[in-house]
Amino acid sequence: MAFTPSHHVMNDFTRPSVGMALVACLTACAGSSTSSAADVAAGPRIVQPGAPGQSGRTFSAEELAEVEGVSYTEADVRFMQGMIPHHAQALEMTALVRQHATTDAVRQMALRMEISQRDEIQLMSTWLRERGEPVEMPGMGMGHAGHMMPGMLSPEQMDNLRNARGVEFDRLFLEYMIQHHEGAIVMVAELFNSSGAAQESTVFKFAEDVDADQTMEIERMQAVLQTLR
Amino acid sequence: MTQTGTTITRAAGLLSAALLGTSLLTAADSAAQQDAPQVPPAAPALEWDPNDPRIGLGAGWMDAESAISGLEHLAAIPRPEGFFNPSTPADGRFSNTDLAFQGSRLIQGNYNGFQIFDISDPADPMLELSVVCPGGQGDVSIYGDLIVMSAQETRGRLDCGIEGVADSISAERMRGVRIFHGSDMANPVQVAAVQSCRGSHTHTIVTDPDDSENIYVYIQGTSSVRPAGELAGCVGAEPEEDENTALFRIEVVRVPLANPAAAEIVNMPRIFADEQGNIAGLWQGGDHGPGTQSSRRTNQCHDITAYPAMGLAGGACSGNGILLDITDPENPRRMGEVSDPNFAYWHSATFNNDGDVVVFTDEWGGGSAPRCRATDPATWGANAIFRIGEGGRMELAGYYKLPVPQTDTENCVAHNGSIIPVPGRDIMAQAWYQGGVSLMDFTDPENPFEIAFFDRGPLSVESLFTGGYWSVYWFNGRLYGAEISRGIDVFRLTPSEHLSEAEIRAAESVMMDEFNAQLQPHVQWAPSVDVAQAYLDQMVRANRILNDRAQQIQRVLNGGSSMQMTTLAGQLEADATAIRAGELGGDAERMEKLADVLRGLAMQ
Repeated sequence: MAFTPSHHVMNDFTRPSVGMALVACLTACAGSSTSSAADVAAGPRIVQPGAPGQSGRTFSAEELAEVEGVSYTEADVRFMQGMIPHHAQALEMTALVRQHATTDAVRQMALRMEISQRDEIQLMSTWLRERGEPVEMPGMGMGHAGHMMPGMLSPEQMDNLRNARGVEFDRLFLEYMIQHHEGAIVMVAELFNSSGAAQESTVFKFAEDVDADQTMEIERMQAVLQTLR
Repeated sequence: MTQTGTTITRAAGLLSAALLGTSLLTAADSAAQQDAPQVPPAAPALEWDPNDPRIGLGAGWMDAESAISGLEHLAAIPRPEGFFNPSTPADGRFSNTDLAFQGSRLIQGNYNGFQIFDISDPADPMLELSVVCPGGQGDVSIYGDLIVMSAQETRGRLDCGIEGVADSISAERMRGVRIFHGSDMANPVQVAAVQSCRGSHTHTIVTDPDDSENIYVYIQGTSSVRPAGELAGCVGAEPEEDENTALFRIEVVRVPLANPAAAEIVNMPRIFADEQGNIAGLWQGGDHGPGTQSSRRTNQCHDITAYPAMGLAGGACSGNGILLDITDPENPRRMGEVSDPNFAYWHSATFNNDGDVVVFTDEWGGGSAPRCRATDPATWGANAIFRIGEGGRMELAGYYKLPVPQTDTENCVAHNGSIIPVPGRDIMAQAWYQGGVSLMDFTDPENPFEIAFFDRGPLSVESLFTGGYWSVYWFNGRLYGAEISRGIDVFRLTPSEHLSEAEIRAAESVMMDEFNAQLQPHVQWAPSVDVAQAYLDQMVRANRILNDRAQQIQRVLNGGSSMQMTTLAGQLEADATAIRAGELGGDAERMEKLADVLRGLAMQ
């Protein structure tokens, strides 16, 4: 087997025993000498510089631990919860490509989207679960999610795509995926315009990635679409 | 023990079930699995040794199993108080990032600020000071009394506050480069905060050998452009819509050393422009034909490595690798560019010591995705090695990728590294996120190979938590690894079939006052027996010297007189001439280098 079983699975991270393990490591794993452990116990200096031209301040480790850093907001949670079914629908769309697409360009693009959107679904799910937030938006099942997120295909549109054949499939796939991606970009813009949102590093990076990736993919899809018209 | 497609599929199935815990995505996810990515026809598959000890390492945060070769692990220093979240290894607010070095100090960048360690004893780094100043990525450089740090996130504050900035437009927000001054580094003071439109993802200190009064900082912004309402002049539009766009440029900051508070942007060069003046003159985004990678559009540089001794900088710029002439640092000029059908996102550049070879990395997947799986191509998410010819023309020589597959829950792709100064060889130590540390010999750029490694098991077998090594750099005889969620690791080289004791001692003898990976130093080795022995070891290892001659050299190195050294140097130079004339087999270049060292030794 490639993997040995580990007790250190994700759920363990929220248990006190693991926090203890880390503390133990702070004192026991820091090199061969015990002096660094002593230093950690005594508390090395922690400073926070001020703005240019202004003085800073000093913290103790205890004081620092009590200061609230940026946290995630309701808008961040909604963004993550909403983007999961959004991405999932993209995977439903790309799953049709293998059977029905007629051009390599569309197949290649779909394959890339599939890889990145699958990874991102995992990232979003992990992010939500780690924070004890539901992966699904409350009151929203797969069947009803469609109309709630910008750019998502209506059931009629999904049917059209399922039934399309030949070049018509390729054309429709691109048109719908452009619509779908544009919706994701709207979701990012809404996130950044929400007070206090996207302050947490993971959310910031993810939202920026979605924006950059999907903007580029829209450009590419538009270029391919031109060749099909 | 080898991983197969079946294993991968099974792991993905477990993941989807465990992660989602609902039927929400089952249909879409299983559909995606059937279409699991296959190696594209144009790209070669990864090959590896099925007995590689890195395969199957047990998972854990601070207690994962590890495998090591050609290195000794000297120290592991967890992130200090205030710089981690005890409940998870993957809280992005506290990720460790890049490293910088000065004298007995190591600066560890972090999304939450930076830390200063005393590395007088590299085997026992001591935390001296933690500086709280969030903003990400927190990449750091050091120059004299100045520490430069990148800030790109919307939570970054001018006053280093950790409370973030709630308003979408705010005068309190800081995105750009911060400059701290501290004569003894005990109490760094922020003396300048240079704001830029896209913030600073990374930055590069650039020096001018003819100007001792200023340094320059190149800002590489990769994020979205902020509104003009927050920073005047910022335009996020495409160039066709507005030629003043903040895309398609870098920013050049001049820092007067006598008054760093006066640091300001003095140029915003359009380094991607074509001859017609179109500022979007390089790669337009998209793939390179059937089965090739899709490279991002070149509207940014992710990172630039300056090599002032050569007047050169290597820019890893989204869809292109570029070479810049930086003899006038305020006005960098593009000399050449390459694209590559295997590269998704040009990420960083490292020159060999001679400056005639450059290694570019491809950060396919952005660093948070698993891209070293058995199914991922051997040329994707890898290093591409280029020879630099006349006028900055680059020619592809070879690729190098971490030569062992990683699991689905390990983010892994080529990342930051630096040169290990073994005379006569080009060796780079490199971070591969959760793929660990890998040392690449690219002396023959067409045939790079691994000479040493360190790797830990995944943070988790169930979920992919972004972690692993951000940077691994050589400084004054030791390797320092910045681990995103596990802290700092220190290593020393150990002898192996790939590296002799003399080669290690020669590398360890190279001392620098400062080291910033993006400001590459030119190494010159003082004549020593170790340096001479290193050249001899290399010729013997490669079977490119006659036994008699090798034994003769060894006798002289073991205690020959000055006269014997000088005589031998003359003989080796004659050998080199004969080799170049085709009258003798062997390694003329190393013969000459060895002769030079012997002459140097004879004069001591």
